[in-house]
Amino acid sequence: MTPRKKRFLLIGLGLGALAVASALVLNAFQSNLVFFYTPTQAANGDVPQGHSFRIGGMVEAGSLTREGDGLTVHFIVTDMAKRVPVTFKGILPDLFKEGKGVVAQGQLRADGAFLASEVLAKHDENYMPPEAADALAKAKTAGAQSSGTLVVNPR
Amino acid sequence: MIPEIGHYALILALCVAVVQGTLPIYGAAVGNSSLMAVAKPAARGQFLLVLLSFGCLAYAFAEKDFSVLYVAATSNSQLPLHYRLAAIWGAHEGSLLLWMFILSIWMVAVSFFSTHLPEAMRARILGVMGLVSVGFLLFMLTVSNPFERLIPAALDGRDLNPLLQDPGMVIHPPMLYMGYVGFSVAFSFAIAALLGGTLDAAWARWSRPWTTVAWCFMTVGVAMGSGWAYYELGWGGWWFWDPVENASFMPWLAGTALMHSLAVTDKRGGFKAWSVLLAIMAFSLSLLGTFLVRSGVLTSVHAFATDPKRGLFILVFLAVVIGGSLVLYAWRAPRVGLGGGFAMISREGMLLANNVLLVAALGSVLLGTLYPLFLDALDLGKISVGPPYFDTVFLPLMTPAIFLMGIGPLAQWKKASLPALAMRLRWAFGVSLATALVLPWVLGQWTPLISLGLLMAFWILTTILVDLRERLLQAEGGGGMGGRVATLPRAYWGMVVAHCGVALFIVGVTMVKGFEVEQDLRMNVGETAMLGGYTFHFDGTQQVNGPNYVAARGTFRVTQDGRDVTVMYPEKRRYFVQNQTMTEAAISPGLLRDLYVSLGEPLEGGAWSVRLYHKPFIDWIWGGCLVMASGGVLAVSDRRYRLAWRRKEAAVPATAQIARPTVS
Repeated sequence: MTPRKKRFLLIGLGLGALAVASALVLNAFQSNLVFFYTPTQAANGDVPQGHSFRIGGMVEAGSLTREGDGLTVHFIVTDMAKRVPVTFKGILPDLFKEGKGVVAQGQLRADGAFLASEVLAKHDENYMPPEAADALAKAKTAGAQSSGTLVVNPR
Repeated sequence: MIPEIGHYALILALCVAVVQGTLPIYGAAVGNSSLMAVAKPAARGQFLLVLLSFGCLAYAFAEKDFSVLYVAATSNSQLPLHYRLAAIWGAHEGSLLLWMFILSIWMVAVSFFSTHLPEAMRARILGVMGLVSVGFLLFMLTVSNPFERLIPAALDGRDLNPLLQDPGMVIHPPMLYMGYVGFSVAFSFAIAALLGGTLDAAWARWSRPWTTVAWCFMTVGVAMGSGWAYYELGWGGWWFWDPVENASFMPWLAGTALMHSLAVTDKRGGFKAWSVLLAIMAFSLSLLGTFLVRSGVLTSVHAFATDPKRGLFILVFLAVVIGGSLVLYAWRAPRVGLGGGFAMISREGMLLANNVLLVAALGSVLLGTLYPLFLDALDLGKISVGPPYFDTVFLPLMTPAIFLMGIGPLAQWKKASLPALAMRLRWAFGVSLATALVLPWVLGQWTPLISLGLLMAFWILTTILVDLRERLLQAEGGGGMGGRVATLPRAYWGMVVAHCGVALFIVGVTMVKGFEVEQDLRMNVGETAMLGGYTFHFDGTQQVNGPNYVAARGTFRVTQDGRDVTVMYPEKRRYFVQNQTMTEAAISPGLLRDLYVSLGEPLEGGAWSVRLYHKPFIDWIWGGCLVMASGGVLAVSDRRYRLAWRRKEAAVPATAQIARPTVS
């Protein structure tokens, strides 16, 4: 093999490896993006079915109920326009409180309830997750036009 | 008065830094040695000034001076002294001062341990460091002054975030910063080489120990952060691929690649331009990490600043440093040269492949960390990239890297023979493959990932054994085995130890991922739960009072086959000042397993929701990191560096500038 051919071979191998690696990375990337939706979008059904996504807003005051096993909880996430009931089985984070911001990750069930696999409420007392703050702000501007009737009727 | 002295010292430090960043570099360019000689005293003077400033802030915290805005915001009169001092870096302004303080420590270290360097080189290195510190001092003095007064003074402070009131807070940030900022030395070496246009094996030999030391700090710092998250957040996770963690992990990856690339530059004169680029990359990522974590772009416990002026300043600073050094690189790197050639199958070839894999891994982490930020900035929607992405990308990239890690040290430089390598390593491969296939069955569960993890770990260990055996047989030491062991250089032992550390780390990760058991449940007083062969008896909770919190403390007696193992006391704390609840997990650590109990919420009748974990081998993860770092320390202590320095001096005895005795 001449040095020239050898170099081409090397470069070809390098590019091939790069292509395979990029394909792997992008594929993994695509399938692991978690999108964020507001309660209004979830209530209107503008969310992926059978896919995990995040939803954020305020935990409605007085909406938290606990089942007999002490682990399954129900609460309502609202952006002040629409309300989405959330079910979660597990231990809630320390900073989860009624009337405070929350972000939950999970799937929307056919009946319009959100089954959370993870509830995120990190950080300090006065901190509002930016996603949740965003959802509230969006709903507020949208509320100027729409009436804000409840599509999802939580139990 | 004291805070004003601290503020004034910072301004003086800025003046000194400006001098340090300009005169010596100019002097080196025109060959004026009196200008170059300014570098050393300037670096030391700057250190003293920043030390004074840091001391003033520490004094303000210790004396509870709530007329200083920063103290009032991050401290409280009830906060114990050690946390009051740790609160210095509890928020944005103070952690910048810590960054600056550590930079000045590194500068002073360079000024002491660089007597063997040619004067122009030293002048340029300290000059570049001076320029970096100009940037940080300007940042502090313009938009984030820690000494700003609060008039009228607050009656009491707003307290340190309870999450940060932990021994981890006292050591994790300084450790990590030592690593972050330490890469500025490697960076300055690289820039100095580009400016001077000379880049030889001696350059690599000089910058190697600095890089390795910074890498050691970085390793320990990242490991500590992981360990802290594990016990402090209360939910037993040791790595979340959180952007903040990625921010510290990326410079680590670049630093790891740099260390290996510098080895080739040092030993063979190869990879020159690549080493320089990696040095620039490592420090740029350190800056990016500081930016990501401190600017408020990422929302987490670590993000304090939400002032847009600060974000803008850091962005501009980042653009100047990264852009400037890349332009310099593009301009000067062709002069530096690529270094000697080598065959694909050779130690150089394998180190290159390892480097490429590490950088590819780095790139994929960078993509996953920055992509959501870009989308958000362009208002294209909010997304997050889940941990599964990082897991799926990391494993296929690291598997070949680990495989090469076993072969590399046995391969010859320049050109190696693949069949011969295969012959030498066939036993190592057979043994590790057999162990990887059989061991999971013995442990009770076989999955492909457990096998793969064990294969990698045993591959590293067995190839090290083969390598050691060969080298010891070749070594000519008097006095049997002890003498032979002594003939192998410490740098080699350092590599062996560090690679063993990687193996331990892999064992830890594999075992935790494969065999950990977790259970959330409701426990009534007197109830028991079984987990991983242990029985947990819940004896109820009682109230205890801490210095600035009140807690419900649970009592869990743990037994195994009727024998008492331990008693665990997890707590649920409520901190008064911010009225914040904290889960304080109880951990019973062990060489082969951790037991982990945390309290969820109180339920009716004294019952609690409780989370129990059995985590086999988890401490090996951090143990492995510590072993890696100690390998680095061992390598740095190699006599070779000092000998090389002396040779260099002897070679140029006539020039007065380097004829001084070495301090080291």
